[in-house]
Amino acid sequence: MDSLQQRSSTVQEPPGAVPAYRPTPPPAWQPRTDPAPLLPDTEPLRVLGTDAVADADPALLLRLYAELIRGRRYNTQATALTKQGRLAVYPSTHGQEACEIAAALALEERDWLFPSYRDTLAAVARGLDPVQALTLLRGDWHTGYDPHEHRIAPLSTPLATQLPHAVGLAHAARLKGDDVVALAMVGDGGTSEGDFHEALNFAAVWQAPVVFLVQNNGFAISVPLAKQTAAPSLAHKAVGYGMPGRLVDGNDAIAVHQVLTEAVARARRGGGPTLVEAITYRIDAHTNADDATRYRAAGEVETWRAHDPILILERELTERGLLDEDGRRAAAEAAETMAAELRERMNADPVLNPMDLFSHVYAEQTTQLREQAAQLRAELEAEGEA
Amino acid sequence: MTTATTGTAAAKAGANAGKAKPATMAQALQRAMRDAMAEDPTVHVMGEDVGTLGGVFRVTDGLAKEFGEDRCTDTPLAEAGILGAAVGMAMYGLRPVVEMQFDAFAYPAFEQLISHVAKMRNRTRGAMPMPIVIRVPYGGGIGGVEHHSDSSEAYYMATPGLHVVTPATVEDAYGLLRAAIASDDPVVFLEPKRLYWSKSDWSPEAPAPVEPIGKAVVRRQGTGATLITYGPSVPVCLEAAEAAQAEGWDLEVVDLRSLVPFDDETVCASVRRTGRAVVVHESTGFGGPGAEIAARVTERCFHHLEAPVLRVAGFDIPYPPPMLERHHLPGVDRVLDAVARLQWEAGS
Repeated sequence: MDSLQQRSSTVQEPPGAVPAYRPTPPPAWQPRTDPAPLLPDTEPLRVLGTDAVADADPALLLRLYAELIRGRRYNTQATALTKQGRLAVYPSTHGQEACEIAAALALEERDWLFPSYRDTLAAVARGLDPVQALTLLRGDWHTGYDPHEHRIAPLSTPLATQLPHAVGLAHAARLKGDDVVALAMVGDGGTSEGDFHEALNFAAVWQAPVVFLVQNNGFAISVPLAKQTAAPSLAHKAVGYGMPGRLVDGNDAIAVHQVLTEAVARARRGGGPTLVEAITYRIDAHTNADDATRYRAAGEVETWRAHDPILILERELTERGLLDEDGRRAAAEAAETMAAELRERMNADPVLNPMDLFSHVYAEQTTQLREQAAQLRAELEAEGEA
Repeated sequence: MTTATTGTAAAKAGANAGKAKPATMAQALQRAMRDAMAEDPTVHVMGEDVGTLGGVFRVTDGLAKEFGEDRCTDTPLAEAGILGAAVGMAMYGLRPVVEMQFDAFAYPAFEQLISHVAKMRNRTRGAMPMPIVIRVPYGGGIGGVEHHSDSSEAYYMATPGLHVVTPATVEDAYGLLRAAIASDDPVVFLEPKRLYWSKSDWSPEAPAPVEPIGKAVVRRQGTGATLITYGPSVPVCLEAAEAAQAEGWDLEVVDLRSLVPFDDETVCASVRRTGRAVVVHESTGFGGPGAEIAARVTERCFHHLEAPVLRVAGFDIPYPPPMLERHHLPGVDRVLDAVARLQWEAGS
């Protein structure tokens, strides 16, 4: 009642006695960080064909070349294996070999890779047995390797769900005092998923030593980037989380290697996460089951063929006198040997143990699973006797 | 609502009257985490509000202060992110204990739970176990507004690779949570939120046993029929059994404690003794846990059954507004009606 009376009394006072209302900023607000240093450059970083290439280590250039040739051959061989029915499906990285390989090579042995289903090449570049990398796609088991042995998480089929894992692992490593960095790979389509957002947000809040690499290959199966996002670039998304965004020419192996190496080093010294967008192009269809002619023009593909990662690296190496016909032949022969061995090993039928179905559901089998395992064992014995 | 104490515990509480202050289920859960964290530096508690606030139900009260914010972490508000980060932490050798603030808030984390937490051991042929506990305060009866009272256990039960555990007593809250944290497999730990404040004479300082996951317990012995139940419905069934005694019905009450793995042995031994069974839970009935339990009992005990296995469940409706929830939740009367429908008098 008192306040009401007070209020009515103020109404009686002449205008001007009450201080004029002046808008003020909300009391607690202040910018958390200066966005300018987080913003990506307007052009993707290029090194090949520019003066900056002079600083590149010739040994690294040659190593990347050999790996790219091997990677291209891996793509064609795996695609051929789908036609022979040896692989259920293969998502090719033809055209994206530079991102895959240069990124993987930016990691130290103790670091971890969190690949998506398309990132078999990154896993192989990290030393994974080419056959083990294809187990998921062949269909004999979900993950063909012990992730701890190579520090490669299982290839993730659901989009972007592996990104929070990378954050958690990197965070755990830091809590334990290990200077381990996690590299998490995702495609342009995956950036629309909620897990992409949550992973980047967690990583930035925790300052986790993670590098997120978006391979923007233009399409999420058939949906072009323009229908995926309205952001100026995918790298711009970093600013909203408070981490730097970097744009790089994903077909320039040296540029990718440089940007990733810087981001990994930054994470390792406690500088927190980085989001890297590599601009690249998927020359092949999404998988062997996809018809890319339904959603993109042949002319567009040809433009990108002229910007092929192997072509532009080879041109650079040749111009600088680092690569000659013998060098090219040696790289091609090494790739052919890898392909022949891969073909031979993939043509051998995998030995499967149906009882494995029950072996790894729980640490200890439940009564229910023991009963079901007994049922299957009896069925197998009956089959054997028949 | 009655407390979750058994007859014996209540008697002991009487004997100990005036001694120690009775402990609540929330305190027992909190002590389970504290003891586990003290014993094992790899145990990490994380979730929204679990640190400074101690959780909205105060279950994690004091843990951040005692173990530091790196061990008991207030995360950003994002359930998929919380559980997804826990996956990565488990990959690196930690044992995350994750709190999902309310049952229906856990749904954004379903993909992480189902596609990764539950499957990672299997995907990697045992190389990557997921020793994660997902604590979910669940169920109704506290007057919560919508999305705060779901019983989501059927979703979890349907996912191979997960253990699903729910305590009904203060002692079990401690013992089962310790076992869940020690488990090398992921455990969805459903906490009946309306029992958080139920009390027992269990002293938070006394040594407490760790209960193995997967073992049901007979809470009350009887010969006439078995009430098969768990979590928030256990006290309801115990009360119903006491009320039934007056009618001359001697009911046995089995508290499942663990929905996955399911203790067929204890349940079927009881049903074979009594010949009649009612499954009681507040989750919806259609496609609910009771459907699975009734089918299992029927498959295994058909020749011992004097009547069909009945279910007393929540109605098949979205969880109702709080002012109507008492009509939805299975109470003592509804349980007794089902018992009556078991055709108590042969031939009647």
